[in-house]
Amino acid sequence: MYDMKALYEAQSVQHAVELRLAHPEAQIIAGGSDVLVQMREGKRAGKELISIYGLNEIRGVSIDNEQNIRIGSLTSFSHITKDLIIQKYINVLGQAVDQVGGPQIRNIGTIGGNTCNGVTSADSASTLHAWEAIIELTGPEGVRRIPIHDFYIKAGQVDIKAGEIQTAILIPKASYENTVGNYIKYSMRNAMDIATLGTSVNVRLSADKKTVERARIAFGVAGPVPMRAPHAEEKALGQPISEELAEIFSKAVLEDINPRDSWRASKAFRSHIAVESAKRAFLTSVKLAGGVL
Amino acid sequence: MSKSVGQSMIRVDAYEKATGRAKYTDDLCDSSALIAKICHSTIAHGFVKSIDVTQAEQIPGVVKVITCFQVPNYPFPTAGHPWSTDPHHQDVADRLLLNRHVRYYGDEIAVVIGENEVAATQGVRALKVEYEELSFVLDVQDAMKDDAPQIQENYPNNILAHTNIRKGNYEEAIKEPGLIKVEGWYDTPTVQHCHIENHLCFSYEEAGRVVVVSSTQIPHIVRRVCGQALGIPWGKVRIVKPYIGGGFGNKQDALYEPLCAYLTTQVGGRLVKLECTREETFVSNRVRHAIRSHIISWVRPDGSFAARKLEAFSNQGAYASHGHGIVAKGMGSFPQMYPCDNVDGDAYTVFTNKPSAGAMRGYGIPQAMFAGESHIDDVAKTLGIDPLEFRHKNIMPQGYVDGFSKNENYNDSFNQCLDKGMKYIDYERKLNEYKNQTGPVRRGVGMAAFWYNTGVWPISLESSSCRMILNQDGSLQFQTGETEIGQGCDTAYSQMVADAVGIPFEDVHVVSNQDTDITPFGTGAYASRQTYIGGFSIMQTALALREKILKAAHELTRMPISNIDLVDGKIIRMEDGRVMMTLGELSTEILYSLSISQHITAETTAQIKSNAYSFGCSFAEVEVDIPMCTVKLIDIVNVHDCGTLINPALAEAQVHGGMSMAIGYGLSEQLLFDEKTGKALNDNLLDYKLSTFMDHPHLEAQFVENAEPTSPFGTKALGEPPTCSGAPAIRNAVLQATGVSVNQIPMTPHILFEKFKGAGLISE
Repeated sequence: MYDMKALYEAQSVQHAVELRLAHPEAQIIAGGSDVLVQMREGKRAGKELISIYGLNEIRGVSIDNEQNIRIGSLTSFSHITKDLIIQKYINVLGQAVDQVGGPQIRNIGTIGGNTCNGVTSADSASTLHAWEAIIELTGPEGVRRIPIHDFYIKAGQVDIKAGEIQTAILIPKASYENTVGNYIKYSMRNAMDIATLGTSVNVRLSADKKTVERARIAFGVAGPVPMRAPHAEEKALGQPISEELAEIFSKAVLEDINPRDSWRASKAFRSHIAVESAKRAFLTSVKLAGGVL
Repeated sequence: MSKSVGQSMIRVDAYEKATGRAKYTDDLCDSSALIAKICHSTIAHGFVKSIDVTQAEQIPGVVKVITCFQVPNYPFPTAGHPWSTDPHHQDVADRLLLNRHVRYYGDEIAVVIGENEVAATQGVRALKVEYEELSFVLDVQDAMKDDAPQIQENYPNNILAHTNIRKGNYEEAIKEPGLIKVEGWYDTPTVQHCHIENHLCFSYEEAGRVVVVSSTQIPHIVRRVCGQALGIPWGKVRIVKPYIGGGFGNKQDALYEPLCAYLTTQVGGRLVKLECTREETFVSNRVRHAIRSHIISWVRPDGSFAARKLEAFSNQGAYASHGHGIVAKGMGSFPQMYPCDNVDGDAYTVFTNKPSAGAMRGYGIPQAMFAGESHIDDVAKTLGIDPLEFRHKNIMPQGYVDGFSKNENYNDSFNQCLDKGMKYIDYERKLNEYKNQTGPVRRGVGMAAFWYNTGVWPISLESSSCRMILNQDGSLQFQTGETEIGQGCDTAYSQMVADAVGIPFEDVHVVSNQDTDITPFGTGAYASRQTYIGGFSIMQTALALREKILKAAHELTRMPISNIDLVDGKIIRMEDGRVMMTLGELSTEILYSLSISQHITAETTAQIKSNAYSFGCSFAEVEVDIPMCTVKLIDIVNVHDCGTLINPALAEAQVHGGMSMAIGYGLSEQLLFDEKTGKALNDNLLDYKLSTFMDHPHLEAQFVENAEPTSPFGTKALGEPPTCSGAPAIRNAVLQATGVSVNQIPMTPHILFEKFKGAGLISE
């Protein structure tokens, strides 16, 4: 039994925007796998909810006119993992979200909810950062697109303005073309867990597969919000692939990340795992891209 | 005799449970019930000065608020132990229904009763509580210091109990020249049972009595505790125990039944339901005692023990519950498992401002085995001896008799189990193969044995009652006070009844649920005693029933009793094997007889004055990823000598469950507390890392079947033993893989990170 003041069900994106304006205090609910848990805990007890879960228009994966991969915000984790476009162009995202919670959560949980929560541990977030995703928001003024880096303001807070809802996540062609990645979820058990550290790496190799043309790395839980490690990316740029490069690349992440001490894990531990994960994810990505070490 | 015992009969409750038709406590509660929600303290130690209920009472749907200032002053004990009429052996009565003296973060201080859950929850949030705060202590040894806060009155230095063992002369023995000293401190964590069904109960008044329907393992004990807590005659209380979704010892305590029973009396006898959330289950039910052990062994170079010493410090938490019984049981195993002429042992149970520790599957032995069996490997490593060989040399031999319990190691159980486990895991080959590894990922094999016994005799009463009622068709119902809590005793008992009476398995109908108004007295499900203890009353009652049946058969067939038998539901003339009549014909004829009408029933109580060793071991193989600080369990096997298997499939399932618990205990589970506030940090199933299916390899369960001579069915303990040796086996496998002794569980990556850094396996 939930302590819920009212539930408004949006019939369209436009209707959702109207409901947002009419009930500015209301909480948006999609799959509910976070919102209802918080409501039960008392954090959101007694609140109004606006459900957007019925909006099929923002569900599903496609390639748009600009060759972006367009992931509707309500697309569930299990749909993303099984989607053929995802598997072809950005398989690592499907693998990453396949590690969220358990099967039931992956069926109900949405990628939009995962990002709108603004939590650093979200399994999709580090990969979306590493692939330079664009967040699409629809509001009273129309559609607004911003880089995912700018979408995250601080822990638990994202850039959604009054009347807006997130409608899609886009992966630009410039980011996914000829690029392969690997995600390492470091957690305390092999299922039903949140990441102690999430590491997502992707690389684009030269035609002869011997040089790194571009490398991207992003972490979850290495700071208050998901973050890239530009120093590491720079170290790999234009370098020949090698075990040593993996070492250099991985150690450089320490110049960027800023994990904290908490009861869940110490800063020293998270930093150690970040370096090791960066190395392994880099090597795996290189191998997946056809590099031979 | 045996026809159904020894076979993997399908569970008698399988259909009901698989189809969802089985009724659990919540299924039985009428939707008209009022809902009670508890207000828990938000300080770890202090006094409630006042509770302002004004706002809470104004919330629509709030029916009544009851605070710690209103409850009756009848301190009561909660432990699920049989009552003792000797005041010196009674459990400690140290809590009230709601407490003004708050002793842990989460103590019960008030209750809001609402028309529904939302109203009651809002009511709890609206209570304004003022405290007088006192300092608190969480660590067991800190709590023993002179300047530590006093948690319970009358227990100086917070020591609930201290007992010792003095065998031979330790101080003299250690003077022997040439001895090697091996010393270690071993820490086990606070963990919780995590049964699927959280504890709940509902209560109402009927005909001047209080009825409580509860998810409990121990209905007859709970009736007594409710009577004590409310200050009413025990006969005024009726407890009903439906199917339950697991207990593992947490529900071997009176949890909220006394409070719920009281609440109904405060609302005119209306139906009141009190259901724990998972968070409440973690913090405000019971937990396993965290025990810190200090072991010193003095060993001769030939691998024999000269003297041994154990100090064990058991973290009791805020209230006594099962108290000293846990660490005392652990210490009791110490001189028995590896007999040694000179042993000193000291066990302390100490109050702290943590949640109350009670019974949990293994009852002190998982803690004792982690310490003891880790230490054995440390000794073997120091001496450079194969740990298995060291155990063969020193472990309890065949013929060993314990002076106190009179338990006897009739067979060479330990060595037989070790041999079987060794073969399964391919121990010798792997031990060699994994020597001298280098590189980031290394493998190891390890093993640990465990000591266990069956039931509580001679420390406490062992009594079991059974009732059998014959139907007209020759089938029968039977009841016992021992409870089905998912472990399968209803099925095992049905098999025993079938064979003992001499009727087909399908003609046995178990009355599964206990109701203290009609169920014969029994103390419930605990101490791995069900099949052992229940077996006595089942056999005794079956013999009494058979006697009546054969007497009736004599009346009806005119054959002498010496020439007739009841076999497979038929009255047989033994001389020629002729079927004289079926049991159904007999039963109908004798019930409706116009001359000697009889309703054939039997009921007896058996007191059991014996106990039985139940031994075994675990072997584990691990792969340690040193840079990632992780342990992957590759294979694990448990081998048990629990006597004759009543139902092999159920026995195997029992072992699987225990092994799963042991894996979590060794690698991931731990209830954590904020040092600044005493609040539990991870009181939910996301942050408390119960191991999942994905964390388990194949679980191999094997058995050595040496029939237990004291049991009518050759059986002995299997409920708890599977939990006892898994964690130290994994720990010892990590030791073999890395050379690092990890002396605390769970061996989480955080712990391994520090350990591996310390050992120079990973750089700073």
